[in-house]
Amino acid sequence: MQDVDAIVKEALAAFAGLDDADQLEQAKARYLGKSGALTQLLKGLSKLPASERPAFGSRVNAAKEKLEAALAEQRSRIQSLKLEASLRQEALDVTLPGRGLAVGGLHPVTRTMERIETLFRSMGFEVADGPEIETDYYNFTALNQPENHPARSMHDTFYLADGRHLLRTHTSPIQIRYLEQHRPPVKIIAPGRVYRHDYDATHSPMFHQVEGLWLDEHITFADLKGVLIEFLRTFFERAELKVRFRPSFFPFTEPSAEIDMSFGEGWLEMGGAGMVHPNVLKKVDIDSEKYQGFAFGLGPDRLTMLRYGVNDLRLFFENDLRFLKQFN
Amino acid sequence: MKFSENWLRTFVNPPLAARELADALSMGGLDVEQVEPDGDDWVLTTKPTPNRGDCLSISGIAREVAAVTGAPLSQPDIKTARATINDRLSVTLEAPQACPRYCGRMVRGVDATAATPEWMTRRLALSGIRPVSALVDITNYVMLELGQPLHAFDAAKLEGGIRVRYAKAGETLTLLNGEVPPLTPGFLVIADESKAVALAGIMGGLDTSVNEATRDVFLESAFFTPEAIAGKTRLLNFASDSSYRFERGVDFAGTLAALERATQLVIEICGGAAGPVTEARAALPARDPVRLRLARVERVLGVKLDGIQVGAILRRLRFEFSVAEGEFRVTPPSHRFDIAIEEDLIEELARIHGYDRIPATLPAAPPTMLPVPEGKRDIATLRRLLVARDYQEIVSYSFVDAAWEADFAGSTNPVALANPIASQMGVMRSTLAGGLVNCLVHNLSRKHTRARLFEVGRCFMTEASGSYRQPMRKGGISYGDARHEQWGLKGRPGDFYDIKSDVEALLAPLAGEFRPVEHPALHPGRSAQIIIGGMTAGWIGELHPRWQRKYDFPLAPVLFELDYEAIGERGLPAFQETSKFPPVRRDIAAEVDEGISYQAILEGLRREQPATVAEIGLFDIYRGTGVEKGKKSLAFRVLLQDTRKTLTDAEVESAISQLRRILQQQFNAKLR
Repeated sequence: MQDVDAIVKEALAAFAGLDDADQLEQAKARYLGKSGALTQLLKGLSKLPASERPAFGSRVNAAKEKLEAALAEQRSRIQSLKLEASLRQEALDVTLPGRGLAVGGLHPVTRTMERIETLFRSMGFEVADGPEIETDYYNFTALNQPENHPARSMHDTFYLADGRHLLRTHTSPIQIRYLEQHRPPVKIIAPGRVYRHDYDATHSPMFHQVEGLWLDEHITFADLKGVLIEFLRTFFERAELKVRFRPSFFPFTEPSAEIDMSFGEGWLEMGGAGMVHPNVLKKVDIDSEKYQGFAFGLGPDRLTMLRYGVNDLRLFFENDLRFLKQFN
Repeated sequence: MKFSENWLRTFVNPPLAARELADALSMGGLDVEQVEPDGDDWVLTTKPTPNRGDCLSISGIAREVAAVTGAPLSQPDIKTARATINDRLSVTLEAPQACPRYCGRMVRGVDATAATPEWMTRRLALSGIRPVSALVDITNYVMLELGQPLHAFDAAKLEGGIRVRYAKAGETLTLLNGEVPPLTPGFLVIADESKAVALAGIMGGLDTSVNEATRDVFLESAFFTPEAIAGKTRLLNFASDSSYRFERGVDFAGTLAALERATQLVIEICGGAAGPVTEARAALPARDPVRLRLARVERVLGVKLDGIQVGAILRRLRFEFSVAEGEFRVTPPSHRFDIAIEEDLIEELARIHGYDRIPATLPAAPPTMLPVPEGKRDIATLRRLLVARDYQEIVSYSFVDAAWEADFAGSTNPVALANPIASQMGVMRSTLAGGLVNCLVHNLSRKHTRARLFEVGRCFMTEASGSYRQPMRKGGISYGDARHEQWGLKGRPGDFYDIKSDVEALLAPLAGEFRPVEHPALHPGRSAQIIIGGMTAGWIGELHPRWQRKYDFPLAPVLFELDYEAIGERGLPAFQETSKFPPVRRDIAAEVDEGISYQAILEGLRREQPATVAEIGLFDIYRGTGVEKGKKSLAFRVLLQDTRKTLTDAEVESAISQLRRILQQQFNAKLR
């Protein structure tokens, strides 16, 4: 008759070597079944002297428990191996592209316009809007450019066939329209399309502008410089960006300035600005002794070109998908 | 204006190299566009702003250099010619407001064939002026030097004295450039006793011009007011160096000096004997003193300038002034036409002080929150919604080909431009469709087979009142497969219903009503107008097969257009109690005539539906085996619910039979 320890050792080795559930159950029968080795051992109990029986019985029982535990462990091992194998069969090629709808994109100039709006809104500017077919009054006269003013030749204007209207040459008419409805303090930006009769590599007959206006009791030329420098540096995310202001002339601002910017070498013209001309304030019944402030006009097309390195303005209006998709 | 740096340095000579000098001028407000070497000289090109007519001459630029650099300025050496003959022409100012000063003089016995000296032709050439003849070159030279346009008449061709008057209706005058402009009484002319001989301040007449045979000249130096000249060149469609200066303002104190300078040069170069000057004068432009307050300077600029600094700047500018009780009273000089109010002077102070010396500050403003109307959708949100649904934004011109307006808006009378840049950009769009179709054509020709595009922009329509409606619109076009080509989905052309779901997404939570409509751009059986709250908000449909052929599309694109105004409002969500009891679902399949619209059936059901019906939805449409030809089988999902209790079977059955009855009675439906 085999020794208990020898049976346990043999059984454990047998269980551990099996990867198949059925074989494992057969092995179990060999040791723990009705005619299994351990069961046989227990049947011999009665032949032992009564004094040895309890100790022998508990040895066999302990061996049984040990084998049962080893069986359970092996069963669960076999189960997880089986699961793993079947999961491996279900594996996907996770590198395949996703299915369904693709995503489109915004026009690059829209990206810039939205960025400008976001930056100025964060400084408390509201967004205003105005018509693109304008009258001579709002586009010129109210902006201190009476008929025949030589400054009008700075703008090559598109006129409508009706002889009474034109396409706005700048977004500045929005200043007048807004101030007809609102009293200072006023803090707005107004983005939109503008039109000039000019077409070559650097001019498009339609382009974009963003007008800015801040009127209050103590808004100074120094503030104009501060706000625009802050804007340009934030827009380009370049704290070292150089900005300079050059004296210039616009009929609706006095003093007036041209805004230049430099990434290091050479200056780039970014737009015009100045303190709102008292004659403009007079047109909308605002006391220029009490209220003052600045206005500016920036070119989102140019800002977009510089931001993304686009070298031809006309690309923005050709709408070639190969171009547009680069900005998605 | 182009000019020689060496010439400039005969008047003012700051210790700056050419490029530094150009920078100083630019930073003072006279933009120097170009600095180019030319032998031992430099050519500078300035781009003066329209208010600075005083910078359209060498002496004027020299004055500006002196002001911005502080360098000393020498005046041109002008000698008064001695009259050696007595001949003169009378001068009558018949329009003294337009021409308040006119100086003229006869020079007899000149040699019109004399050669222009090399130093003069060189300076003219560097300014881009071609030599013509000594007499003409001299007038051009003096204009460049002093800024005063001059004219030389052949005295033999003048009949009697000079009259400065307005043109008579129908009067004709052949100009030096060969043009014969239609003269109206708005034009100022120089005339002799019998005829107009020059278009005042703009161009001389051909018949009285000097040529090689000229022996006697009559030299004119006059002041024409900006108002008299401005705008005339726009009517004429041409400008001249003379009109360019007069409309910006010529120094009316320098009229006589320029005549003397020209006389001096004529006698030096062409010989001859000068007569006495005839001068006619009326009221010259006023130069009223302008008040300048130091406190105002600081308030506008944000930097403090004291009285000493201000006085020094005004002296550099050669502005006369007096000071009393902290206020300056400044009299603008005769060469400046742009100093009328305090702010004009403040700009002068700022630019001479230096814009770069004004600090950059951020204003202290009370923090306020901007209104964010939650019940409105902004355009940016709507844009992003379409981007998320695979649309690419485009920006196309607002002026379009008139043919597009006819094709896509049925418009025979679009808003037209008087001066389009090209005939195919002659009218304003009343729909975004043209630009979208055009962009699609452009991209399909570049081998794309699928495109989904949208644009946001204004459209333009005439109103009965003669004004214009300019609504902001959002339009889209979809062409090719519903989805981009991919491995996991079978390719399928996008159709009306695919694009309709994009439109529905744009409208949500508003539900638009889609009504069949005839639209010039669209397939008559596959187009709908979109109604929101009783108002037309836009349209959607397949491109009309006629245009599909014309614009050469193998497949039919689907287009839509929406008014931003109509879809911008979306209201706020309003809470409603949700039922704690489970809903019951029942399906109904109804076979009806093809011609009956889904919308009609839905409305019929909803009009009389029992209170327990919470939702009716369509989940299938079937045509084919088992369904009679000309009919379709619609499968409806009905959800029933009571907010207070669980529905009994009897209640459910009664509600469903009610709906079935409606389908049978109103729509002649065969039910399964």
